[in-house]
Amino acid sequence: MSNVVKKLHELRFNSWSFFTFLIAALVSIPVIVIFSYVFTPAGDVWRHLISTVLKGYIVNTLLLMIGVGAGSLVIGVGTAWLCTMYRFPGRRIFEWALLIPMAMPAYIIAYTYTGMLEFAGPLQTALRNFFGWGHLDYWFPDIRSLGGAIIIMSLVLYPYIYLLARAAFLEQSICVLEISRTMGRGQWRSFTDVGLPLARPAIIIGLSLVLMETISDYGTVEYFGLPVFTTGIFRTWFGLGDAAAAAQLAAVMMIFVLILIVLERWSRGKARYYHTSTRYRPLPGYRLRGIRAGIASTACLTPVLLGFLLPVSQLLLWSIQTAGEMIDISFLFLALNSFSVAAIAAILAVVIAIIMAYGLRLRRSPAMTFLVRIASLGYAVPGTVIALGVMLPFAWLDKSIDAYMRSFFGISTGLILSGTIFILLFAYMVRFIAVSFNTVEAGFAKVTPSISSAARTLGLSPGKALIRVDARIMKGSLLTAIVLVFVDVMKELPATLILRPFYFNTLAVRAFELASDERLADSASAALAIVLVGILPVLLLSIAIARSRPGYSSE
Amino acid sequence: MLKKFLVTIFMTLIFSGLTFIPNPLISNVMADEVNIYSARKERLIKPLLDKFNAKTGIRVNLVTGKAATLLKRLESEGMLSPADLLLTVDAGSLARAQAAGVLQPIYSPVLDANIPANLRDPAGYWYGLSVRARTIIYAKDRVSPLELSTYEALANPKWKSRILIRSSNNIYNQSLVASMIKARGVRQTEEWARGLVANFARSPKGGDTDQLRAVAAGEGDIAIINTYYLGRLTASKKSKDRAIAEKIAVFWPNQHDRGVHINISGAAVTKSSRNKENAIKLLEFLTSDESQRWYAEANFEYPVKSGVSKSRVLESWGEFKTDNINLAVLGKNNAEAVKIMDRAGWK
Repeated sequence: MSNVVKKLHELRFNSWSFFTFLIAALVSIPVIVIFSYVFTPAGDVWRHLISTVLKGYIVNTLLLMIGVGAGSLVIGVGTAWLCTMYRFPGRRIFEWALLIPMAMPAYIIAYTYTGMLEFAGPLQTALRNFFGWGHLDYWFPDIRSLGGAIIIMSLVLYPYIYLLARAAFLEQSICVLEISRTMGRGQWRSFTDVGLPLARPAIIIGLSLVLMETISDYGTVEYFGLPVFTTGIFRTWFGLGDAAAAAQLAAVMMIFVLILIVLERWSRGKARYYHTSTRYRPLPGYRLRGIRAGIASTACLTPVLLGFLLPVSQLLLWSIQTAGEMIDISFLFLALNSFSVAAIAAILAVVIAIIMAYGLRLRRSPAMTFLVRIASLGYAVPGTVIALGVMLPFAWLDKSIDAYMRSFFGISTGLILSGTIFILLFAYMVRFIAVSFNTVEAGFAKVTPSISSAARTLGLSPGKALIRVDARIMKGSLLTAIVLVFVDVMKELPATLILRPFYFNTLAVRAFELASDERLADSASAALAIVLVGILPVLLLSIAIARSRPGYSSE
Repeated sequence: MLKKFLVTIFMTLIFSGLTFIPNPLISNVMADEVNIYSARKERLIKPLLDKFNAKTGIRVNLVTGKAATLLKRLESEGMLSPADLLLTVDAGSLARAQAAGVLQPIYSPVLDANIPANLRDPAGYWYGLSVRARTIIYAKDRVSPLELSTYEALANPKWKSRILIRSSNNIYNQSLVASMIKARGVRQTEEWARGLVANFARSPKGGDTDQLRAVAAGEGDIAIINTYYLGRLTASKKSKDRAIAEKIAVFWPNQHDRGVHINISGAAVTKSSRNKENAIKLLEFLTSDESQRWYAEANFEYPVKSGVSKSRVLESWGEFKTDNINLAVLGKNNAEAVKIMDRAGWK
C-alpha cells in the first residue's frame, strides 16, 4: 500500500518536472532561434566589423555595464541600508519614493535631461547669456556621452537593487544584527560583515537585472550616439542588411551574460545562507541626529530628485503646454491598453516563474537548470531581436496549421497567432521571465528546506505544499515580481511595436512615436502617463513589503 | 483567497483569448477594408486615412513600426499576411521589400499621371507619395551662402569644427551617402566622408531638430537636415522654436550638377494583398490634390504631384533642382554606404 502511495507521489513529482521542462523549453525557443543564426554564414560583414567598429562596441558596452552596475549598486544598497537601519527626517517617505524612478523609461529621462542640459538648452543658454561666453569659451559636461548614459541609466535602474536589497535587509533577523553589534562590530562593520553578505544573493539578483537591462537598452544609447552592442546589432541588421551577422552579434552579447551568470554562481560557491533564528522583532532603527541625519536625508533625496522629481517636472511642464492638442479621449484607451496588457503579462509571468522555480526546487537536474538559464536570457536581449525570435516560429506554426487545414478541410485559417495579443504576451514572457523568475527563486530561498520537508512529511502534495506553505512565506517576493514585470511591460516598446495587432497602441508606443519624430514636448503627456500608471503598483508594493516583513506591527 | 486569485487569472486569460485570437478570422470576413503596415508615424498618416474612410467607407487598419521590422514581419507572414499596403519613409526600404519578394506590381493610370517617373518604380512595384529634401542649412549671422556650393565641398578643411549632422545609424544619412556613391564612386565618397567627419563640430548625436537647435545656439555653423524639420520650427506655435528658425537659412547645394539629394515617403502593394483594389484606391487618394496639399501643409514635405500648391513655408525656401537618380539605387548602395561611414569613423 505505502509502495503505491510512494509511486503515485513520484508520478506527480515527474509531472511537475515535465511541466517545468515544457514551459522552460517554450520560453527558450526565441533565444534558441537567435542562437541558431550562429551557424548561418554571414559573409564578409564580420571582417568589416572586426576591422572597424567591433572593438568600440565591446569596450563601450563593458564600460557602460561597469558604470551602471557600480552606480546603481552604490545608490541602491546605500539607500536601502539607510532606510532600513536608521531613523532620519523623511525616511518614511523615502522608503517608497526611492522606488518610483523605476517607472521612468530610460530613454524618456534621457530626452528630458538632454532638453535641459544640452548646449542649446535653457541652462547653458542662460549661462552663456549671463557671462557673455561663446561656443568653446567654457567647459560643460556633455550629457549625451558615455558618462551621461551611465548616470541616467543608474538613476532609473538602481530601484531594482534598492527593492531587493531592502527586502533582504528587512528580512534579516534582528538577532543576527544585534549579536553583531554586541560582539563589538561597529555600524560600518555590521553592514559589511553581516548585513551585506546575508543580503548578497538578493543584491546580486538586482544587479544582474540591472546589467541585463543595461545591455539591452536601445533608446538611450541610440539618442546619445553611443556605439554599443545594441546599436551595432541594428546597424548591422538594418544598415548593412545582414540579419545573420546581427543575430550573431546578439548571440555574442548573450554569451557575455551567460559568463556573468556563471561567474556569479561560481564566486558564491556552495555557500547558502538561511536564517535560522525565528525570533523576529521590528527593527528598532538607530536614530540619526544633526549633520548625520542631514547627510542621510540628502543621500536619499538625491536619487529621487534626479531620477523622478526633476524630469517629471519637465514632463509636466511640456504636458501642460501641449495638453490642448495631445490629450483627448484616445488617451484613455492608450492607458487602458497599457494597463491591462501589463497586468495580464505580470500575473502570467509570475505563475510561469513559480512553476519553473518550483520544478527546479523539487528536482534539480543539470539539463533543467541549463534550460531555465537559457529561458531567462531573454532579458538581456534587445526587444526587437526577441520579437524576431518570437515572430519566426509563430509564423511557421501558423503557416503549417493553415497548410494542414487547407489540404484536409479545404479552409484557410490564416494567421491564428501572429499579429494577436497572444503573441505579444508570449514575447513579454520571453523578455521578462528573468525578472519574475529571479525574484521568485529568491523568494523560494527564504523557505528553508526544513519547512518544505515538514510540509511534505505532513502529507502535502508538491502542489499543495506550494500553495499552502511556500506561497504564503514568499508573498512579498511574489508581489515584487508582479510589480517588476508590470512596470517593465508598461515601458516596453520594441517588441510591442513589431508584434502588435492593428490599432493596438500603448502609452509607450505613443510616447516613442512622438519622441522619435523629434516632438519631445508632444510626447511628454504620454510619457508622464506611463510614469503615473506605473507608480500606483509600485506604491502598493512598497506598502505590502513593509507589512509582509515578519514582526511587522502597525505602529 | 489564493484560489479566487487563480480563478481570476484563468478568467482573464480566457477573456483575453476570446477577444483577441479570432481577430484575423473576423477580418477575413469583412470585405471592405485595407490593412497597412506603416513606417510613417501614425500622426503623419492617420488624418489622411480618416478622410479616405469618410469618403469611401473603406475601413483602414493601421499598424506602425520601423521599416526594417515591418518588412521582416511581412516576410515571415508570407502569403498569409493580412497587410495590403507597406508604407515607408524612404525609397531604400521599398527597394529592399521588392527584392525580398513581398510586393506585387500594380497598374494605375491615375498613379502614373500623378507621380513623376523617377519617383516610382518603373515596373509599378512601389510609388512615391511625398518628397523629402536633405539639404544644407546655415547660421545667417556666421555663414554667407556664397561660401557654400556642394555637398562635396563640405569636406573642405575650412569647415573644421563647424558642421553638425546626426549619427550614421540614421537612414537619411545612409541614403545621402548612397547617392554620393552613385555620383562619385566608392573611393571618392570615402575620402569625402573622412573629410566631412574631420569637420564635425561634435560627435554626432540627437536628431535633425537637435542639429538645428545647435546651429542656432552656435555649437556649429552649418548642418545637413531634412527640410521638414526646419518647416516645423518655422511654423511652430512656440516663439522659442520660431526664434531658432529665424537664425537659420536654407541652402540648395549642387545646383550646377546633379541637384539636391531627395528621398520619398512611398507605398507598395503587398504580394499577399487580399484587398488589392482598395489598396490601389487608397494609393490614388494619397496622390490626389487634396492629400498632396496635406503633406505640404501638415508636415512640410514636398508634394510628388506637380501643380499642387505648396505651403507658404515651402514657398519661402524657393525652387531648386533635385537629384533625379532612380531611387532604387539608394537601397542597393545602402550597405556599402554604412561600411564607408564605419571606415570613416562617422559614429
